[in-house]
Amino acid sequence: MNSKFRWGIIIVLIMVSLYYIFPLDKKIKLGLDLQGGMHVILGVQVDAAVDAKLTNTLTQLKKEFNASKIKFTYIKKIGDSKIDIALPEDFIGEARKIIEKNYPYLRETGLDKNNNIMQLMFTQDEIKRTENYAVEQAIQVVRNRIDQFGVSEPLIQKQGETQILIQLPGINDPDRAIDLIGKTAQLRFHIVDENINPRDALDGDLPFDDIILYEQVFDETRTKIIQKIPYVLKSDAVLTGEYLVDAGVRISPQYNEPYVSIRFDSAGAKLFDEITADNVGKRLAIVLDDHVYSAPSIRERISGGEAQITGNFTMEEAKDLAIVLRAGSLPAPVEILENRTVGPSLGLDSINSGVKAAMIGVILVMLFMAIYYRVAGLFSVFALLLNFIFILAAMSLFGATLTLPGIAGLILIIGMSVDANVLIFERIREEIRLGRTPVNAIESGYERAMSTILDANITTLIAAVVLFQFGTGPIKGFAVTLSIGIIASLFTAIFVTRTIFISLYLNKKLERVNI
Amino acid sequence: MFEIIKKNINIDFLSRVNLFFIVSGVLCIISLLLIFSKGFNYGIDFAGGTLVQVRFNQPPDLNDIRNDMEKLDMGDVIIQNFGDENGIIIRVERTGTNLQEITDKVQHKLLDTYGHDKIIVERVEQVGPQVGDELKKKAFLALIYALIGILLYITVRFEFVFSVGAVAALFHDVLITLGIFVLLGKEINLPIIAALLTIVGYSLNDTIVVFDRIREKIKSTAGKRTLRETINMSINETLSRTVLTSLTTLMAVLALYIFGGAVINGFAFTLLIGVIIGTYSSIGIAGSLVYFMKTRKIAKT
Repeated sequence: MNSKFRWGIIIVLIMVSLYYIFPLDKKIKLGLDLQGGMHVILGVQVDAAVDAKLTNTLTQLKKEFNASKIKFTYIKKIGDSKIDIALPEDFIGEARKIIEKNYPYLRETGLDKNNNIMQLMFTQDEIKRTENYAVEQAIQVVRNRIDQFGVSEPLIQKQGETQILIQLPGINDPDRAIDLIGKTAQLRFHIVDENINPRDALDGDLPFDDIILYEQVFDETRTKIIQKIPYVLKSDAVLTGEYLVDAGVRISPQYNEPYVSIRFDSAGAKLFDEITADNVGKRLAIVLDDHVYSAPSIRERISGGEAQITGNFTMEEAKDLAIVLRAGSLPAPVEILENRTVGPSLGLDSINSGVKAAMIGVILVMLFMAIYYRVAGLFSVFALLLNFIFILAAMSLFGATLTLPGIAGLILIIGMSVDANVLIFERIREEIRLGRTPVNAIESGYERAMSTILDANITTLIAAVVLFQFGTGPIKGFAVTLSIGIIASLFTAIFVTRTIFISLYLNKKLERVNI
Repeated sequence: MFEIIKKNINIDFLSRVNLFFIVSGVLCIISLLLIFSKGFNYGIDFAGGTLVQVRFNQPPDLNDIRNDMEKLDMGDVIIQNFGDENGIIIRVERTGTNLQEITDKVQHKLLDTYGHDKIIVERVEQVGPQVGDELKKKAFLALIYALIGILLYITVRFEFVFSVGAVAALFHDVLITLGIFVLLGKEINLPIIAALLTIVGYSLNDTIVVFDRIREKIKSTAGKRTLRETINMSINETLSRTVLTSLTTLMAVLALYIFGGAVINGFAFTLLIGVIIGTYSSIGIAGSLVYFMKTRKIAKT
């Protein structure tokens, strides 16, 4: 390869690289630790999804038995995976028929002949399917919510079996985002059981088909709960958020307070119409994630399928509630397994100190190389600068993310990348000492150092690749810069410096090399 | 010519092999004892917990904050300065079922006491116990995989004896670095593991350069020199390069350690000691081990 051709390659590479790196702020993607943002891992509580499905099945069974005139003493959940149905012997056959036909995912696990109790369970397949569906749906819901919240370039993906990874760059109000993402938002309507005094119920006098839920009353700052008001509710929800088609914030003209207005689809509107018609005079509790928000009395039948959720909301809370209701409820509660949030100011600090450290590192190493190897040292300094350009260009090309450990990787590369040149230069010095001519010494210096350089760098690359496989977020960023840096430094240290040597010395009768 | 290591240097490294082994052996044993008696100081990445980094507009009284936090009844809370005197980190060890509740409590308390305009919450990190255990396992596996990968590569490129020497030297580097961490009570977290893996790569780099020279010498001058002479010569001839590269790397790492900011400080510290120990082991340990194993093997057969 003659030197013109070599220079051609180098110049083209520099041009292409510059095209890929400028403007810097657009081309280099910064990690969450540098630009600020949130990294959250949610765990979906899939057990709860299975449990909810069981409860749902229970309600359906009751309805269907009633419709088919099958008499039963009770249908109830046992533990968290079984259903017991107690019914007169005569109806068992018929009940079995219905279950086999409409509930293929229920498996009869036993029959207590003395008391005529059928015991049912979900099949394993059904449990698996419900769990998977819960995770998939949770991802969908979280994505909807984040879209409506308005975050640019969010990343939402499944991780492992039951986890969701969420990355929200540049977010200003992490607490609000967490609340928004984490809210299950299961909306249910329950009729209040007016026959039982909540105080008696709390003392243990609770009918088996009733539940106690609380309304939380907050202080003015809305951070502390100052009171919990108990309600006794019929345990079967009469209507759920499934039928909801829209939710929005309105301001009540009377109190000048925001509330959330919700609208049901036609089936929901019909149900709501029936419920209100059947229960005039009773109270209807609006329950969100097991907290009662309000329990207004039903004064008259309400047609049209619209309802209101009031609850002393601030404007922001009302807005967020409308978002989560519109985006749909999570099929199961989620729990935060990991949260790493970096504010924009810290990110900027990190960039600044990282850049400062890099500059100082580069200057120190350059000075050292120039003093130690003189002219040849300057060549390696030039190679080092090119190295930086190539690394940044490669990162922009592959869309790799620059993180704080990534900057550290760059700095480390400064020190390590001159290694190849040190190896070559030391070899050249040795060859000169052995009495070779300068041109000869350069040639064999490069040749003989080559296998060493390759072996040494490939092993470092192995460590970097392992790191990439294992790491998350910032650490991955470090592995990426390190790997790219190793490859780029091989090119600059071997190809670029050699090209300089060739074009300067090769065709001249050289008395001595300045090394 | 400017030279740090003189060109005709000829140190008989192998005659000091006992000294190297004793020094390294003692350091390794002390490190092991420290690790097993005192144990690692795991950061929240591995132990789980919550870390809140807060910046004040003037130096806060850590005792006041400590008292405030104790009122929240969250179990063990560690409060210390971070970076400069205006920055603090609050670390809550307990990992309840509800991580969010812990951050909410801490942040509300601080905001209540100091007001929105006086403090900025710069960073929140929370790791649940489940994730912490997972990360611990992954980190351990990563170190093992890296070592196995390297063992394989060197076995293919050199001989098995060399790869054992190299990997033993790496173990030595990682072990002593960890020992120093335990001694100083520094936190082990994810970036530290990344730094350790980098040290593995770096130290190996050094060792390979020496091995390469040994291999080359064995090939070119087979039979003319004893193994002892060959290894000694190789270490000497590459000594200048080993020291130079360590110097340039140390310069860069030192810049990172001093100017890189508090967040990256532990990482830079690991590299700093790692590079020093790694350089020592490739000069004193790796070659000596190969010599030791090779001569024993020859003696046996």
